Amino acid sequence: MVARLGRTPKACIPTWNRNFASFYSGLARGILVGLLCVVGLPTGLGANPYELDGEPTPKNRIDHLIFSRLKKLGIQPAKPCSDAVFLRRVYLDLIGTLPTEQEARQFLADTTPDKREKLIDSLLTRPEFADYWTLHWGDVLRIKSEFPINLWPNAVQAYARWIRWAIAQNMPYDQFARTLLTSSGSNFRVPPVNFYRAVQDRSPQGLAGAVALTFLGTRISSWPSERVEQLAVFFSQVAYKSTGEWKEEIVIWDPIHTAAEGGKPLPEEAVLPDGTLVRLPPEKDPREVFADWLIRPENPWFTRVVVNRIWAWLLGRGLVHEPDDFREDNPPVHPDVLDYLAEELVSAGYDLRHIYRLIATSQTYQLSPIARSDPQQSAVFFGHYSLRRLEAEVLIDAINQITGSAEDYWSMIPEPYTIVPDWQRSIALADASITSTFLELFGRPPRDTGYFSERINRVTAGQRLHLLNSSHILRKIQQGPGLAFARQTTSPREAIERLYLRILSRYPTEEELAQARATAQGGFRRSADLTDLAWALINSSEFLFRH
Amino acid sequence: MAHTPAIREVVLHVENQKGACGRRSFLRRGVFTLLGLSVAGRYGLKVAPASPVAPQARAKAVIQIWMWGGPSHLDTFDPKPQAGYDYTGPFSQVSRTNVEGIVIGELLTELAKHADKYSLIRSMTHGVNGHETASYLVQTGRMPGDRIVYPHFGAVITYFGTSRSGASSAGLIPPYIVLTEPQGRFSEAGFLGPRYKPFATGGDPARTPFAVEGIITPGTTEIQQRRRRELLLQMDTLRKQLGEDPQIRELIQAEEEAYDLILGESGKAFDPTQEPQEVRDAYGRNTFGQSCLVARRLIERGVRFITINYKGWDTHKDHFTIMRRKLPEFDRALASLVKDLAERGLLDSTIVLACGEFGRTPKVAWEAPWNGGRHHWGHVFSAFVAGGGFKGGCVVGESDDKGAYVKDRPVYPTDLIGTIYQLMGIEPTASLRHPQGFDVSLLPSKEEGTPTGGLLTEIIA
Repeated sequence: MVARLGRTPKACIPTWNRNFASFYSGLARGILVGLLCVVGLPTGLGANPYELDGEPTPKNRIDHLIFSRLKKLGIQPAKPCSDAVFLRRVYLDLIGTLPTEQEARQFLADTTPDKREKLIDSLLTRPEFADYWTLHWGDVLRIKSEFPINLWPNAVQAYARWIRWAIAQNMPYDQFARTLLTSSGSNFRVPPVNFYRAVQDRSPQGLAGAVALTFLGTRISSWPSERVEQLAVFFSQVAYKSTGEWKEEIVIWDPIHTAAEGGKPLPEEAVLPDGTLVRLPPEKDPREVFADWLIRPENPWFTRVVVNRIWAWLLGRGLVHEPDDFREDNPPVHPDVLDYLAEELVSAGYDLRHIYRLIATSQTYQLSPIARSDPQQSAVFFGHYSLRRLEAEVLIDAINQITGSAEDYWSMIPEPYTIVPDWQRSIALADASITSTFLELFGRPPRDTGYFSERINRVTAGQRLHLLNSSHILRKIQQGPGLAFARQTTSPREAIERLYLRILSRYPTEEELAQARATAQGGFRRSADLTDLAWALINSSEFLFRH
Repeated sequence: MAHTPAIREVVLHVENQKGACGRRSFLRRGVFTLLGLSVAGRYGLKVAPASPVAPQARAKAVIQIWMWGGPSHLDTFDPKPQAGYDYTGPFSQVSRTNVEGIVIGELLTELAKHADKYSLIRSMTHGVNGHETASYLVQTGRMPGDRIVYPHFGAVITYFGTSRSGASSAGLIPPYIVLTEPQGRFSEAGFLGPRYKPFATGGDPARTPFAVEGIITPGTTEIQQRRRRELLLQMDTLRKQLGEDPQIRELIQAEEEAYDLILGESGKAFDPTQEPQEVRDAYGRNTFGQSCLVARRLIERGVRFITINYKGWDTHKDHFTIMRRKLPEFDRALASLVKDLAERGLLDSTIVLACGEFGRTPKVAWEAPWNGGRHHWGHVFSAFVAGGGFKGGCVVGESDDKGAYVKDRPVYPTDLIGTIYQLMGIEPTASLRHPQGFDVSLLPSKEEGTPTGGLLTEIIA
């Protein structure tokens, strides 16, 4: 991403020790799970292009736990999804990107039995994986230049790059959290310090609220004020200093000044969220005391919250929902699955990709979108894969990929200018302050609060108007080089097939092919009609929803 | 509000001093320096009811003409012919209006015929000279920077005019519309969220067809639209399979609403070609003129808030050349709009507001590179208000001899916005719920320290 950085972030050089042992144990575990999953997939297509014939069979522990629970609840799980549905789903869910026509052909032609697992493994190492999860962590961590967060463009770029780098390196999650919580230094040169800047309220209580929301998945607005004050103690010595450089800010541990300002002696002890009294040694930053408690394997909240977030990101709703609303009176729908994933995260050395892999390889994740029991109940307990509208950024990227076109993002304010090259995809936009009518219309979160609910994927009439009939979208479909073949084709059958692969990532059924051909012979110029077909497929629910 | 007798007396006294529309101070100057004849006696001075709250909805809709860039107050609604050439530039004359004692800029000859229908505020002030900050301030009533993103008053008015289910008086037409481009960077919806973003039409109403983004597609006939829709329904295999899924049902509902706008009668509200030629001519065959016409059509369909984003007022260079081109267009369209609304009986229920984020420097920058330019000026500027319960034929406040500072009765953005809320039946003391779970008062509280000159009770009819 091009943004005029005052100084480029040399600070992105790692300053922490990577836990190699845990990385390899995670990898080995992943391979083991991969092998276990290669149990005979049914291959025959069912009555529709979305599911396979036959009953779903458990592939890993997630499935054993969920299927037995579904049985008790009287919910019949959906059938397994077809290869084409899986292909599209796992691309969109893991890397926020549509498979290309070529990738779709290859995967659908592949006859190796473990092709799904291989695909998952390859997607986890794609650059788009880092882009897409930087987008989601950017929502959680509120990365935007402007008001009310006011990171300003330089720090936005530095922070987003650091997060992307951490994700691309597969930094263990405990290290990721500890680094965000305990770093000190310049917001340009030590990017994780921006954690303490990307808040609306920099008081100790405000910082405590951001920490609790991000890492404990709870909203302190529901806490008794005494507990809030207790947590705030750990963040009461964080200080901010400006420098001579434009919008540079140093975040430091500054016990002397904060004590002088407060007019009170420094606290010698504090109470952790689990109620334990802990000593605050004068030579130690209280943030470190808190972080060390937070990332202990025995801490049940830390791991559960993050595995639940990943579950919610991949399946549309959390085992605890909303995923940032952990409360006594908001229990998980499958507590044993949450426990299992949390244990797996610890034993895999906090390797988040291990969790992505466990979920994506499960039969639960690979169910068809067609419920076989009461759809609402089935959705809550994950008896089928629920439809969700593509996120704003993913949707416009997919349309651009299909049509071979691009968006134009730039921003003159605040300074320095941010100019995004046209090859950069929307999922890789660092800054939520970049103006975009499309992204706003389709529910991009403003990143003001970090709440999961800020991202709105509902369908509105305004969105429908835009996709059906706006010059923005019609121009891409009618003029984009990616669909030139459909406008010039002499072989409608082939062109129809290509349109299906490109837009829906599957081959048309015989029935669809017949319908499409009938349309092409409907008396209008053939080329115009294939453009209309492209338009219809891009406006179909199959394109618009993850399914 | 219950005043003690002593306070009530003071209030009445103040109201009396201000006179009808608080115009007396203006008249003194008008009488002795401009017209040279006494008109004071002609005004039967009435006391405006001292009711700061208890709003009954006088107005149903607002048309905000947003003169982005900041129009010169001296060349529009606050001429200073006596200040000399360095202030007036070539516009040394004024237009006498149909209300005695009120004169406006020499190029506003059409508006001069209708001064009985509108009032002028000549003492708008906030002192900010930066576009972004001033735009935010004039349209939200607050200074940026206290970590709450306040909504545009149009979003607030839309919020109070929308039912829980999302229904508004405009039916399928969006209740909050911007003609034609959004302001960019400025989040109209603020913390109210994307549901209260205005619908931006795009396109140009002076061209045929007016390509309202998503609703009217040039080159696509209605038959083609219907054919495509049929094709979509035919080819959407997943929809056929999962018609009962709540997500698909939501999609179908949204799609039906969208097609009602594309194919049905509602979309015609945006189409100025439905109007007789002479009406279109009267408004002026240009983007602003036709935007005003479309705004009137949308008001007739129940749209609650329309912003006409009227750019091009940031005239640091060649100011007077640009004004000679722009002011006649502005004059003609705004005069036609007010007249047309009045003739249709809509002016009583429609507020028309025209202003920018600030005024322009009273003293002309003759030197190169400006060559007769005017720069940003937030110390004093003018606003035009008509209809919806605002009196006509009044002037509020006064700037000094050079049009540089407020001389009498400062009016801050929050005062104007608060008055509009009141006329729209929104309690100015009400509050909004922030998504983070606290209440935010509609207007700045005393503790916020935002200056105020009080609601514009003197021009509430």
